[in-house]
Amino acid sequence: MPAPTRPLHLAAAIDAPDQYQAAYYVELARLAERGSLDFVTLDDSLAPPAPGTGRLDALTVLSRVAPRTQRVGLVPTVTTTHTEPFHVSAGLATLDWVSRGRAGWTVRVSATEAEAGHVGRRPVAPPVALWREADEVADAVARLWDSWEDDAEIRDVATGRFVDRDKLHYVDFVGEHFSVRGPSIVPRPPQGRPVIAVDATDEAVHAFAARHADVIYIRTEDLDTARIVRRTIRQLAAGAGRDPDRLTVLASIQVQLIDPADAVRLAERIADWFRDGAADGFHIRPTAPLRDLGRLVDATVPLLQQRCLFRRFYPGDTLRDHLGLRRPSNRYARPQEASR
Amino acid sequence: MTSGVHRARKRMHLAAHFPGVNNTTVWQDPRSGSQIDFSSFQHLAETAERGTFDFFFLAEGLRLREHKGRIHDLDVVGRPEAISVLAALAAVTERLGLAATVNATFNEPYELARRLASLDHLSEGRAAWNVVTSSDAFTGENFRRGGYLDRADRYTRAAEFLATARELWDSWPLDEEPRPFVHHGRHFDIHGEFTVPRSPQGHPVVIQAGDSAEGREFAASAADVIFTLHGTLEAGRAFYADVKGRLARYGRRPEDLKIMPGVTFVLGDTDAEAAERAVEIRRQQVSGQTAIVFLEQVWGRDLSGYDPDGPFPDVDPEPEGQVTMGRVRHGDRLATAAKWREISEQKQLSIRETVIEVTGRQSFIGTPETVAGALDEFVQTDACDGFILVPHLTPGGLDEFVDRVVPLLRERGSFRTEYEGSTLREHLGLRQPAESEDGTGLDNH
Ligand SMILES: Cc1cc2nc3c(=O)[nH]c(=O)nc-3n(C[C@H](O)[C@H](O)[C@H](O)COP(=O)(O)O)c2cc1C
Repeated sequence: MPAPTRPLHLAAAIDAPDQYQAAYYVELARLAERGSLDFVTLDDSLAPPAPGTGRLDALTVLSRVAPRTQRVGLVPTVTTTHTEPFHVSAGLATLDWVSRGRAGWTVRVSATEAEAGHVGRRPVAPPVALWREADEVADAVARLWDSWEDDAEIRDVATGRFVDRDKLHYVDFVGEHFSVRGPSIVPRPPQGRPVIAVDATDEAVHAFAARHADVIYIRTEDLDTARIVRRTIRQLAAGAGRDPDRLTVLASIQVQLIDPADAVRLAERIADWFRDGAADGFHIRPTAPLRDLGRLVDATVPLLQQRCLFRRFYPGDTLRDHLGLRRPSNRYARPQEASR
Repeated sequence: MTSGVHRARKRMHLAAHFPGVNNTTVWQDPRSGSQIDFSSFQHLAETAERGTFDFFFLAEGLRLREHKGRIHDLDVVGRPEAISVLAALAAVTERLGLAATVNATFNEPYELARRLASLDHLSEGRAAWNVVTSSDAFTGENFRRGGYLDRADRYTRAAEFLATARELWDSWPLDEEPRPFVHHGRHFDIHGEFTVPRSPQGHPVVIQAGDSAEGREFAASAADVIFTLHGTLEAGRAFYADVKGRLARYGRRPEDLKIMPGVTFVLGDTDAEAAERAVEIRRQQVSGQTAIVFLEQVWGRDLSGYDPDGPFPDVDPEPEGQVTMGRVRHGDRLATAAKWREISEQKQLSIRETVIEVTGRQSFIGTPETVAGALDEFVQTDACDGFILVPHLTPGGLDEFVDRVVPLLRERGSFRTEYEGSTLREHLGLRQPAESEDGTGLDNH
């Protein structure tokens, strides 16, 4: 069977209710790495996932996981509504440093009364307004990542200068909702800019996804829906001046792999959807994480590899490498190179 | 004060400060490694753990420093966000405490309490928070909320922030369901449900850095450790007596608050060799360019036309001039200027030599025996309870101390030979915080 020209991408959610042990998350991420999955995600918000349950801060968990893994991408959710863009930028840049280029960011807004009550700074707003603001946050955050040129650190003993300050840039971001002066306190991270992901199932997120996202999740069990949303967002992205082939659209599906036959069925589904062009890959959300991820890696992935649909090893070291994305040039660097 | 003749030997506490973004950190040395690669943090943390240190410490600065309207370019600059790096270090260490400096002005309690409780879970009880309060408008330009707090308000906000964080930590008692929290205060008005169950230490350890009367009072009321800059025996003893004397008012015992000054050190095979190395390091720390910058900070005006190897400037300082942003201000600049000029004239020193003489001389210089003896004297005579050691080199600056001084401190019975507990609270001999009665957090101030 001839291999399709575009590669299949696989990612897995490692969310687990009421799990507070580092070892648990390390085990799941290492499992995913054994299957050479592109990345793992960990969801988050500023409220309990359900009343009476809890979860740890996702950025902190995946930073803890980083030294215990080598290749797999690490993509926490970090919210934009009540948080400081400056902290968001520094935290994700740091995850990229401690993972040596494997960080991503799932962008999420805080649209609930509960979250507003926890922070107490502003009332809730409708999703459309929150995503407009997220657009500004993503802009400011990306500028902060670029605010140090890659060769800003010079260590020039003759002149006594540690940095070339002409290569550190004020971002002077002024939006409708906030402003940020810059530059970042963190040097430009290994990937230049960590990968940006978003769940664009909801139409309110399409414009954001088209402008900012490298990876897009669409939650659906229905092949046609996936195909249509993928096409819409690719068109919007092209309209925003981006190359749609740089977007990785993943169908995000809940799975339950109770017996080996389930793993075979999943492989068939993945192959069908992928050949059909409904998705560039899958974001697998396990029901019982250890069991389902174990079966995915030990049974589903080998089947996809046998059919030459999925790679047998990591093509590079960074998450951008796994996704076939170039390291972005720096918008502030002179002479100006073509961006993205 | 009695000097402890009749009591058991005090065991000191030691912490390792990752070299900071200031001129104490020497980058011109060929051994100087990356200030940002994870491997540097790992090396220093592993060294500290090999030396059975209490904790590893990261400072914070939320805006790059500026001098004469431009980004200061002479010192090491650029560092990661503290909590994320410490979470990564939790993966490569087992016992070492992990202390993050995080500003109370540019954060919100729910978010920060969550991150700290997460770090405490992920490190199995090794998290600490150094509460700092700087809040100038200059730094505020990086934040939605801007900078607006005056001096007095900084500490009322910090105190309410910490109290609120503790209400959140208490709102989910061990082995129970989470309880709703409500906090109505001057700075925070929040309610809802926390998302992290009680962490191994109950509350992460709280460190306070700040020296004013307000800062000391805040530390006495609420902190577990105070990070100071009092480097001499006399100043240390006075500070120690003052701060420990404030504790009873809050129903706290002297051992509930550890006093740990930040100190530097230089070792050698002989005291003379150490002294020579110290001079060499001072010259690396104060280049000609850096000397002029120091002078400009005190003089409040441009002095770039002066030769650092030449005589002191004959112009007077500008009392209102402010040329540096993003660093803690000097006290009375006119008095400082007069003192510096006097030293320069008396000793016939150039600008650079004068600055080397009057700024940041190393705290402990000598053979490992000399340094171990001096450190121990500070602790045994109640000038402090231990030290936060600030190496001048990244990442190897602590190696020699751990290899040569720590064994001597252990021989003296003044420092642990192995970790006896697993949490930072246990290393520091701090009590586990009591679980609050109702967890509603209605008690606020
Ligand atoms: C030893 C020491 C270390 C400090 N470290 C930091 C730091 O890492 N980041 C920061 O923003 N402020 C730091 N500060 C500043 C304090 O938070 C505070 O703003 C400053 O000391 C002024 O307060 P005070 O008048 O009470 O001393 C430090 C202060 C001291 C004394």
